[in-house]
Amino acid sequence: MSLSLADTLAGIILVALTGYVLLGGADFGGGVWDLLASGPRRARQRDLIARAIGPVWEANHVWLILAVVLLFTCFPSAFARLGIALHVPLTLVLIGIVLRGSAFTFRSYGGEREAEAYWGRIFAVASLVTPVLLGVAVGAVASGAVREQGAGSGERFYEAYVAPWLTPFAFAVGLFALACFAFLAAVYLTLEARDRELQEDFRLRAIGAGILVFVAAALGLALSQQAPLVGRGLLASPWAVVLHVLTGCAALTAFWALWTRRYRVARVAAATQVVLILWGWGLAQYPYLLPPNLTIAAAAAPRVTLELALGAVVVGAIVLFPSLYYLLRVFKRPSSAPPTTLG
Amino acid sequence: MSDLLAARSQMAVSLAFHIVFAVIGIAMPVLMVIAERRWQRTRDPIYLELAKRWARGTAILFAVGAVSGTVLSFELGLLWPRFMEVAGPIIGMPFSLEGFAFFTEAIFLGIYLYGWEKVSPRAHLFAGVLVAVSGAASGIFVVIANAWMNTPTGFTLVDGRFAEIDPIAAMLNPAAFPQALHMTLAAYAATGFGVAGIHAFMLLKERTSAFHRHALAIGLLVGAPAAVLQPLAGDIAARHVARHQPVKLAAMEALYETRAGAPLKIVPGIEIPSALSLLAFHDPRAVVKGLDAVPREEWPNVPLVHLSFRVMVALGTYLALVALWAGWLAWLKRDLTVQRRFLWAVAVATPCGFIATEAGWMATELGRQPWVIVGVLKTADAVTPMPGLIVPFAAFTLLYCALGVIVGWLLYRQIVRSPGHT
Repeated sequence: MSLSLADTLAGIILVALTGYVLLGGADFGGGVWDLLASGPRRARQRDLIARAIGPVWEANHVWLILAVVLLFTCFPSAFARLGIALHVPLTLVLIGIVLRGSAFTFRSYGGEREAEAYWGRIFAVASLVTPVLLGVAVGAVASGAVREQGAGSGERFYEAYVAPWLTPFAFAVGLFALACFAFLAAVYLTLEARDRELQEDFRLRAIGAGILVFVAAALGLALSQQAPLVGRGLLASPWAVVLHVLTGCAALTAFWALWTRRYRVARVAAATQVVLILWGWGLAQYPYLLPPNLTIAAAAAPRVTLELALGAVVVGAIVLFPSLYYLLRVFKRPSSAPPTTLG
Repeated sequence: MSDLLAARSQMAVSLAFHIVFAVIGIAMPVLMVIAERRWQRTRDPIYLELAKRWARGTAILFAVGAVSGTVLSFELGLLWPRFMEVAGPIIGMPFSLEGFAFFTEAIFLGIYLYGWEKVSPRAHLFAGVLVAVSGAASGIFVVIANAWMNTPTGFTLVDGRFAEIDPIAAMLNPAAFPQALHMTLAAYAATGFGVAGIHAFMLLKERTSAFHRHALAIGLLVGAPAAVLQPLAGDIAARHVARHQPVKLAAMEALYETRAGAPLKIVPGIEIPSALSLLAFHDPRAVVKGLDAVPREEWPNVPLVHLSFRVMVALGTYLALVALWAGWLAWLKRDLTVQRRFLWAVAVATPCGFIATEAGWMATELGRQPWVIVGVLKTADAVTPMPGLIVPFAAFTLLYCALGVIVGWLLYRQIVRSPGHT
């Protein structure tokens, strides 16, 4: 297949989403582990999570905004369809994002212990619910349910605005997203932890979440007759075998590395695994942006817009990547106390 | 409540909420950088305390601004899918650039807030400068997109559809410069006077507090020049509106009939002859278009637009006068912080810039109705077909009211209270 300009921009949007999942997703996962903090080191676990998220979560969040902005610039009709058909879950996602972000900030700057616990609870619950709803939205897209809703076609509210996403498959994807985010967060936190005990806590959590990723993936595949196009792509297309083998290798490597406490390897393997899954979804849908009938080419904005958007992305990336590298270097670089983190 | 009204109200609430955070997010980093620079030069610990407090304030406000801005970017599609479908390819450009500016801001704010001990003092200050610059840039990009809705350019209409689109020409639309200038100055004036006013009030109670004196001085340094320049920017904007958006001007001035030598209505019953013509076209005999130039169904809500505009002008004038007073006292080399009448005037100014900003946005947004893209697309044709929009409207209103109260309380605790109380 040859890549058109529109394909390239769709790919860039998927890159932005990948950035959001790998970085922003892990921040949500951190919130999940805040909610599930337990045992004698509960307070220290929460403290570690807050320190890991604090400096970076806002920058990590911007990946989502970038994806949205590029989507409405380059594929406006797809954006309009999504806004109509997935109004309900996306509105809930937004409320989750608002509550998560503000509660985290209020907790950091609130001052009083009681208030801190209260904001911490809101932050944690929002971190649990939002990924599920994001996954539900992705699941609805993958299942081909986002069509031309409500255009005077006389559909009832439930059929037009609820049925597309209130499906077992969409919720399986939601669970899968949550498991992936929690898995990534736990793996990253093994490297953020400054002492062995905390490291062990998050190692066990990472292994648990990794198993949940498998369970949710199996559930999604079992229900994939509800997403015929993506299901076919993931099961039957020629590249599917390669993709599955690679994803499986990454997953096994992640487990092996966690088991043998090679945390840097685990981080790379876990991130690779999640990236392969995301890109597998993208490939399975190709050339459709919104299955079953809206292709990337059909949804694309005029050529001049795509060219300018690509130019903006290139210029933006020149500013962005050195800055991002600097940010991560300042806050994620090895500290004096072992065990340490990778750059 | 109709679905259209619910959608418009939700958008209005979201924007009115976000704009306060956006405005402070643009100007607060300037205050914090000035304080840090003064600390580096004088080693006066009060400046460090101020820089840290304003950084904490920026952190709280930026976080809420970031998430409420995310809400807006989604709401464009959730509430106005038909608008985004046609406008996305044309005005996506400034939004994309805004995305990157915002990214830069978030990255360097992270470094500024958490990097006091991790980067060199020079790098730290520079990170603050980048936060201020990228904050202003992202504001300007968003205003450019809004300006396009007022004066759409960069396309030809073929059978009601856009053709031959030119996103660069759209970015350079006629309203872009006057609106961006007016809004950026508003951010500095509102925030500068907001900060100065609070500390002026504290100085009235604690007369000798060096902390509040320093804070007042920096607040005025940012707010006063912007407030003095704002009437000039306002004049540029008004003359632009008179030429390019005559219906909006007519609504702002409640001018129902087209006439030469149009008078300026100050309050009901008091008019200055020919003054509107003079202000709008710099010619007392100029013809100013009235609302009668367009059919009744294309009128905005005239009383509301007129009132909002009046409120903005009145408060902006007040800020400019207080700023001139400050300049006068400074020129006489008087100590501003012991002039009780002046301090009262500044204290009264605390909310004025924010109210003026909100009122100005009400004037320009309501004044554009019934159009979402003037002359091209009506707001009613842009709204989502999904029914029941009163539910998300109510949800976001409640959410934002709660957040507003909490943020206000936190800011009081974190910034305003004199050192020693925390």
